[in-house]
Amino acid sequence: MKTETELINGNVNLARRSFLRYAGAGVAGVGLMAAASSCHKDHTVTPTAGTIDVGSGDPGILNYAYALEQLEAAFYTQVILTPYSGMPTVELNLLTDIRDHEVLHREFFKAALGTSAIQGLTPDFSKIDFSSRAAVLGAAKTFEDLGVTAYDGVGYLVQTPAYLLIAGKIVSVEARHASLIANLLGVSFVGSDQVDASTGLNATNKPSVVLAAANTYLKTKVSAKSFS
Amino acid sequence: MNLFGIIEEIEKVDPEFNDRISPRRDAIKNMSSFGTKVALAAIPFALGDLFKKAYGAAASSDVIAVLNFALTLELLEATFYNQGLAASGLVKDTAYITYISNDENNHVKFLTSAITAAGGTPVTANDLAYVDFTAGGGKNNGPFADVFTNYQTFLAVAETFEDTGVRAYKGQAGNLLGNQTYLTAALAIHAVEARHASAIRYLRTSKYGASVTPWITSSASASNDTGIPQVDANYGGATPENNTTQGGVNLLTLPSIEGSTTSVAVASAAFDEALTQAEVLAILVPAFVNTK
Repeated sequence: MKTETELINGNVNLARRSFLRYAGAGVAGVGLMAAASSCHKDHTVTPTAGTIDVGSGDPGILNYAYALEQLEAAFYTQVILTPYSGMPTVELNLLTDIRDHEVLHREFFKAALGTSAIQGLTPDFSKIDFSSRAAVLGAAKTFEDLGVTAYDGVGYLVQTPAYLLIAGKIVSVEARHASLIANLLGVSFVGSDQVDASTGLNATNKPSVVLAAANTYLKTKVSAKSFS
Repeated sequence: MNLFGIIEEIEKVDPEFNDRISPRRDAIKNMSSFGTKVALAAIPFALGDLFKKAYGAAASSDVIAVLNFALTLELLEATFYNQGLAASGLVKDTAYITYISNDENNHVKFLTSAITAAGGTPVTANDLAYVDFTAGGGKNNGPFADVFTNYQTFLAVAETFEDTGVRAYKGQAGNLLGNQTYLTAALAIHAVEARHASAIRYLRTSKYGASVTPWITSSASASNDTGIPQVDANYGGATPENNTTQGGVNLLTLPSIEGSTTSVAVASAAFDEALTQAEVLAILVPAFVNTK
């Protein structure tokens, strides 16, 4: 398999002069993770100005996960900082657990990616009314369901067995979260919006679909052009 | 689906792939004619048909073995819930348990079709000498003797089955590395089993006085958080549920909201662990099931 030197912003074959222009966008992290580069033939992509691209190969997938975990961690941190009106202790405890899991997922990816990590992302939760239980749990359901479809949608692209296993360990917990949120909302934990009624399989989504949704909650937009 | 990638990869091993099936344009056109909203089940088999036409066999025997292992577990779960729902007066949350039962039965159908389409022979109930949910090795007098007469026992066994199934799927993921069709399907089933596990735990705690979280919250001294000592093995194994090292990173040293470190409870709950096939079989055989 041919090994290509890849740049974090999406496997673009840049001339050295252009490389310097993109150096600020996290390109410098061609570290240990990036060395385990993709053997798939990627199609040339052009980064969109102002958007952070997760990159390609396994580091790209880990950064994709890191981006989503950043979003979830930020959301639940806000939820616990400003709990919705009348939040019962049971729910506070459960949502605090979820917050702690997402924060750990975020910190794990940050530590594992090291210099290959994308930057910290700035969320945009202006559309969410944190004082409303329905709004908060509705947003939580969106994030958790989306996260499950995101991990399961890229699993087959992971080339390193250890990373696939780690992704499996995390998506397992995200699915537990998703189920719990559905329970709190009083809707089915395997509703047909997420689980196919005839096969019993959870939906999966490709990165472009996931990020289109996630970006509505992010000031810093994220792309995954090598994984469309 | 990365059609470009798949077709290019096939062409690398078989340059005549294009001519062998049909002109590429028609192949793509036929795929898109399924419509924009295609059930996940349809896509793998469309591609599977292409493989079969081209090579006469769709999946390696290794892949089929993994699918049959999954099917065996789904068969056990489906049988468990079917028997539970059929036991008069047992189940108090019929709709809730029926959601789960429907999924397990659908998983059995899905995996059976997938294995058949891949050219394999799916496991069926006829291959099993017995199924014994009391964990009595076929004598129906094991530690869970009242599993179908005592709803709390039923739910406790359900919780353990789901948690164990989730671990079993994770243990097989590596065997399907890079396999878009079957790895994606396995991950998609795994996610639903994790939903089930969470839902049973939530039911037991919110309604029946148990104190389990929807996730597996272990301690440094105990991986098993169910309160049922007989199932320690389900939460143990080479990588027990209270493992707090991932990818070489000691999770306890990572910062949390509380401070510069993370607790064992959080670290263990945030990552579910795998069981190897051997570990799963040691739990199930011969206590719950054996083949003829």
